[in-house]
Amino acid sequence: MLDLQGFGHLLWQGAWVTVQLALVSLFFGLILGLAGAAAKLSPVAPLRWLATGYTTLVRGIPELLLVLTLYFGGSMLLMAVAERFGYTEYIEVSPFAAGVAALSIAFGAYATEVFRAAIQAIPQGQWESAAALGMSPTLTFRRVVLPQVWRLALPGLGNLFQVLLKDTALVSVVGLNDLMRQAYVATGSTKEPFTFYMAAALIYLGLTAVSTLISAWLEHRADPALNRGAIT
Amino acid sequence: MSWSWEVIWEYLPRLIDGMWLTLELVLLSAIAGILLAVPLALMRASKNLWIRALPWGYIYFFRGTPLMVQIFLIYYGSAQFDLIRQTALWNFFSEPYWCALLALTLNTAAYSAELIRGAIQAIPKGEIEAAKAFGMSPLTLTRRIVLPRAFGIVLPAYGNELILMLKGSALASTITLLDLTGMARTIIARTYTPLEIFFAAGMFYLAISACFILVFRVIERRLNRYQYTPR
Repeated sequence: MLDLQGFGHLLWQGAWVTVQLALVSLFFGLILGLAGAAAKLSPVAPLRWLATGYTTLVRGIPELLLVLTLYFGGSMLLMAVAERFGYTEYIEVSPFAAGVAALSIAFGAYATEVFRAAIQAIPQGQWESAAALGMSPTLTFRRVVLPQVWRLALPGLGNLFQVLLKDTALVSVVGLNDLMRQAYVATGSTKEPFTFYMAAALIYLGLTAVSTLISAWLEHRADPALNRGAIT
Repeated sequence: MSWSWEVIWEYLPRLIDGMWLTLELVLLSAIAGILLAVPLALMRASKNLWIRALPWGYIYFFRGTPLMVQIFLIYYGSAQFDLIRQTALWNFFSEPYWCALLALTLNTAAYSAELIRGAIQAIPKGEIEAAKAFGMSPLTLTRRIVLPRAFGIVLPAYGNELILMLKGSALASTITLLDLTGMARTIIARTYTPLEIFFAAGMFYLAISACFILVFRVIERRLNRYQYTPR
């Protein structure tokens, strides 16, 4: 393993934080994405407007701005809400929490479109036959549509995860000790910025390469007969 | 918590200053990026394995690492080399503006090259064969048929890339540039009104991406007008 003047382990610790941040944000992002897609396809108009507003807003503003807003504005917002319930102490948002919030909101907005397209790719006839069997729309969605959506949405979600993985670097700006920040710290005492940022870049490259392999494997598992009808 | 519209109003001129820098960064690096991306894409679409492999490493690196690392590598990383520090190159690399521009250009060139390669490969084979049958040399073929056709195909995807670049340009603020995000952070350091100012900056970004989408829709209609039935 590379030692890098004793800073090697620091970079690996940072990489672990980066991976954790990416996975936790992926989890919440997927939930937001599914909820967003369900809202976009809902017969209730206000829900559709809400979902459209969410995706338009989030896809048009920089992720960095989102991270900064949730970190610096987050505690203000939370304190304002808590005050209504009679809690007046200072509330601080940790960089990790702000990062998870910002990254899952961003991931969710793009995932909404991927899920929406995947759900719409399920033939209408399946809804009708499920209805003919006496299934409610909710049950149809859960038992018939959702298992197939997974297969159709996978390639698109894989790409989004790559974006998410790279966006985790932004959270270092608000002080999270992720890979990017550890490289910065190492740079401060060794005065070798190129070495450490290049090391960080190569670790990021390794992470994205691994995530490509995993999503290719998942895609193959979900649809061994090649990816027909993939949605990107 | 109190929401103050006055603070937005008061600092609006400074935010607009930041917006100009953001636009400048995005448009300049978009132009330089395309100039770099076209030869790369032509190489990537080549039939020769070696020509195809050459730009692969560059594109793989820039698409697989965060833009932030790329910016830091160029701005902070360049200081590690005496070769850069002690020559005229230092005039370039010591300026955050040029470093941000270089990083954004190299980044968008890598993404655009892949988009253009996809478009080149999506051109129907028959059109290329027809041009060859007319006796066009490879150069004429590229200039008259391949590139104009690829341009029309790539346009919608390139619109998305431009918006991603607009969002990426916010990272210029991490190396002290006063773009829209950088300006917002400076204002907030003075007023401590993060919600209002970040909200205002966000609206600026939203408005800029809306403009990009509109402009692209117009160009796309013009370029691909043969596909529409006349009204």
